[in-house]
Amino acid sequence: MNAFKFLVAAYVATWLIHGVYIGTLVARFRRLRARMRELGKGQ
Amino acid sequence: MNSLWAVTWATLVKDVRLEWRSKDALNSMLFFSLLVVVIFVFSFDPLAEESRHIVGGLVWIAFLFAAVVALNQTWARELRNQVLDAYRVSPAPATGLFIAKAVGNFIFVCVLEALMTPLFVIFYNLHVLGPAWQLVPIALLGTWALVVNGTFFAAMSLRTRNREIMLPLLLFPVSIPAVIGMVAGTTAILTGEDSAHFYLVLLLTYDVVFTTACLALFRTILHAE
Amino acid sequence: MKKIFPILPALSAILLIYASYQALKVAPTDALQGDVYRIIYYHVPSAWTAFLLFLINFVASITYLVWRNDKSDVLALVSAEVGVVFCTIVLVTGPIWARPVWGIWWAPGDIRLTSTLVLWLIYVSYLVLRKFSTSAQTQVMAAALAVFGALDVPLVYFSIWFFRTQHPQPVIGGGGSMDPRMLHTLLVSWLAFLLFAFLVCWSRYRLELLKRGVERAEAMESLVGAGAAATTSLPLGRSPR
Repeated sequence: MNAFKFLVAAYVATWLIHGVYIGTLVARFRRLRARMRELGKGQ
Repeated sequence: MNSLWAVTWATLVKDVRLEWRSKDALNSMLFFSLLVVVIFVFSFDPLAEESRHIVGGLVWIAFLFAAVVALNQTWARELRNQVLDAYRVSPAPATGLFIAKAVGNFIFVCVLEALMTPLFVIFYNLHVLGPAWQLVPIALLGTWALVVNGTFFAAMSLRTRNREIMLPLLLFPVSIPAVIGMVAGTTAILTGEDSAHFYLVLLLTYDVVFTTACLALFRTILHAE
Repeated sequence: MKKIFPILPALSAILLIYASYQALKVAPTDALQGDVYRIIYYHVPSAWTAFLLFLINFVASITYLVWRNDKSDVLALVSAEVGVVFCTIVLVTGPIWARPVWGIWWAPGDIRLTSTLVLWLIYVSYLVLRKFSTSAQTQVMAAALAVFGALDVPLVYFSIWFFRTQHPQPVIGGGGSMDPRMLHTLLVSWLAFLLFAFLVCWSRYRLELLKRGVERAEAMESLVGAGAAATTSLPLGRSPR
């Protein structure tokens, strides 16, 4: 049963890494969209 | 072909003469690797038998970091007074410039190794058990492997922020097969446990592949501005 | 592409859930390793995906060096970045599997672990170069570095392979025939991760295009702000697609 912990850990780690990466993507999207709107107004 | 030779020779002679007069790179490399040797001696204090197994790694760590010191200075010198821009607009072949720089660095690092090797022998009480002459081709091929890629990546990191840190970051990952060849080959000869032929072939392959790649891509890098 | 885009995440999510279900419930338990072996249904597809992305990075870099088109440069950047993410997963799940099965976290002599680590290092240095390069010619430098990295891969594999045969280590017995149900699960899992990777790449691609659009707009604005040009009909306000 001890080994089961490792299985869970691996699956959780995988989705954690994907989640963090997608999180950074979303944050960057949001920042760039805001910047784009700002520039559009300045025009 | 003639002009390639002329450019190579002129640049090489100029660099060697500059280095001979100032001894900037050589002094800093020597002192740096001396420090590495001394620190390792204090931190390990090995027996002669153990030291045969670890010295291969230590020697090449010292030389690797020392080589980076020299490589970082290679192109920085040409940035002053816009010498590199002059190279760029001149019709001189770019490969000549690259070969000269790489050979220059090769000479400096080889001199460093020749001076430092006796120190390693003394500090670690080394006694080579395998065929000692094979250390020479390993050192020459290994040094060329470091220097040819190092010269190329130094030219590449010229236009980056904090370029002095950039060079090892680019150079070390790509150099890992060469480092494995050098370290494992040296250890094999020192311990005399197995043959170093494979490592010589590995280093030779590495050298041929990356010398070709550097020569093919250097023009692109030099003119990228 | 834009029309089918909303469908793809849903499809990808369903596939991933199905694959995880297959991996955890349907696939038979390994006789030797027990349930821990099920890590491979995440580990191996991630590795294959990462290698595929690095291959794409190599092809795109060569294409960029030959034709200098922006699209292949963006493709190279995207594939390297997402490839590094998948490679990180391989490197994290590998030791988690090795600990209960081999009894050690890391086998320095194991060819697959070590060469994957070197591959990861090479592509991280690629991303670092792209981040720190200040010149307008970052793309050329990055493409050159990608070519060097790709040339390095066979040498890395070759050197570690010999190194290992010199220094025997407790290495997995990957050989032997695989239960067809296991193979089926593995392939389903790979398909799911491929689709997922494609979606992530697509988002990253659009992000990069948006970023370049913003940079262009900023450059334009500073030009206009300098009073060089009067009112223009630049397409600055248009929302990016």
